[in-house]
Amino acid sequence: MDLTDHEVAAAAAKAGATADEIMQKMAEHKGCETDSDGGKKASCGTAAGENDLPPEIWEKVKNHPCYSEEAHHHYARMHVSVAPACNIQCNYCNRKYDCANESRPGVVSERLTPEQAAKKVLAVASTIPQMTVLGIAGPGDPLANPEKTFKTFELIARTAPDIKLCLSTNGLTLPDHVDTIAKYNVDHVTITVNMVDPDVGAKIYPWVFYKHKRYTGRDGAKILTERQMQGLEMLTERGILSKINSVMIPGVNDDHLVEVNKAVKGRGAFLHNIMPLISAAEHGTVFGLTGQRGPTAQELKKLQDRCEGEMNMMRHCRQCRADAVGLLGEDRSAEFTTEKIMQMDVNYDLETRKAYQARVEEERNAVAGAKASELQILAGVESDIKILVAVATKGSGRINEHFGHATEFQIYELSTGKGAHFIGHRRVDLYCQGGYGEEDALETVIRAIKDCHAVFVAKIGGCPKKDLSAAGIEAIDEFAHEFIEKSAITYFKRYLEGVKDGSITHVDKGDAEIRPGEVAKEVIAAE
Amino acid sequence: MSLKIAVSCVNCSACEAECPNEAISAGEGIYVIDPAKCTECIGFHDDPQCALICPVEETCIVDESYPRYQPPAA
Repeated sequence: MDLTDHEVAAAAAKAGATADEIMQKMAEHKGCETDSDGGKKASCGTAAGENDLPPEIWEKVKNHPCYSEEAHHHYARMHVSVAPACNIQCNYCNRKYDCANESRPGVVSERLTPEQAAKKVLAVASTIPQMTVLGIAGPGDPLANPEKTFKTFELIARTAPDIKLCLSTNGLTLPDHVDTIAKYNVDHVTITVNMVDPDVGAKIYPWVFYKHKRYTGRDGAKILTERQMQGLEMLTERGILSKINSVMIPGVNDDHLVEVNKAVKGRGAFLHNIMPLISAAEHGTVFGLTGQRGPTAQELKKLQDRCEGEMNMMRHCRQCRADAVGLLGEDRSAEFTTEKIMQMDVNYDLETRKAYQARVEEERNAVAGAKASELQILAGVESDIKILVAVATKGSGRINEHFGHATEFQIYELSTGKGAHFIGHRRVDLYCQGGYGEEDALETVIRAIKDCHAVFVAKIGGCPKKDLSAAGIEAIDEFAHEFIEKSAITYFKRYLEGVKDGSITHVDKGDAEIRPGEVAKEVIAAE
Repeated sequence: MSLKIAVSCVNCSACEAECPNEAISAGEGIYVIDPAKCTECIGFHDDPQCALICPVEETCIVDESYPRYQPPAA
């Protein structure tokens, strides 16, 4: 007997299984591994913390991992690389590999036709029922490939109508396509805006191709910024949510991004995502070759903090690839190569997806419930002290990752005013390779989180714990599988009490290093 | 003359859509220009569109092995 995936999932859903258990059963059915950390608690929490948004907006963002920080712990997205052409040149991008504009530098494993992309979306949606969003982000500019981009949306809307569609663009041709975007019900558009001043733009964009001519320097940047702002205004008029991505380039546009923030906020942008420049000589970009550095972790945080009073800031961006698949921070694209997809028995079952997502909502409410009670822990405590902590997690809002298995750490700022506030993540290479720790890798982790006072993990070995302690970072495993925010607050309260009674001496920590993601090794190996 | 595409082509396909003569197509490994169809954009644009949009310098280049394109007499 060979059950299809949706039969397995539907049976599990009917039996009242948790989302993790449904995934486990589907994974077992597929014969691949998955992790299933227990520790699930029943809870009847309130809805999520972003309820201060108008309901119609919340409805649009609540399941979108890129538009809602809270959603990104629970819902996954995928990108299909159907759009290879681009119409501008950026100094942080090398088209030999891929466009860094909306994806980290690295090769896309393969380019897809709209038909292949539609099949891939169905295959992924059937395997990963929490995949709610399909984005087209390149590897070039989606709106420089309008036919391929919109054909892909058309096919997906027909076969998988519950999936949200989004795209990201440099904005040059956006005004020409806003009505088509509205027609295909694309209600999330990301524009990469690095400047609103052509003199700054001239340092970032060597040229733009517009109306059959190539414009260089200031002239090109002037056209680009005018088209971007016009496109943004047109999106806002039509009620399409927009996110602005900006690449922070120290010495070029870092202070200027405060102006950008004001300009896009004034035109109705919903969210601003300031990302660090990814720049290394081996990427072959102009900035990589000229030695232009990216920002440090604290430089990035300070700029994001400066803009935060103005509008919503996105801090959970992973600068993912144009063919990424999965939760932000994980990449399952290697499971879904065209070769593998063609062999998959895809059966798109909307009901199973709904059942699974209903379970996710229950878990999400449990997290929100824990979050709501967190501040009560701090009631009556007041302090000027703010500290950062790092968390090893693989999702669901819990501390559920082994220190040595973490490919990234989520960073929370703890204060008596805001409780536990998510402020970003830090990538690290796998510290533990083949089951044992490696010294150099541990140093990498320490450099990436050395502005943190503590790191929360599900488990950690004795040696790394000691080395972290020597670096002034306390490794904490007592909250394994507990909710992140609640645990962090409990820790923070204890910390403040320790400072008060003199058993802990509070010291400010320094800065940390931002490490871009490595080019996915499995993709290179597959080539 | 016609234009031709050098091996530095990154297969981004941008030139294909811009060509007014539909002279460009995906070849083996890189994109190729059909010299029988290429007019160097004479009669359409001031400059060859493939060369303007190509992200890699010196990749869409003049192929000297063909005589200069002569637009038909008006």
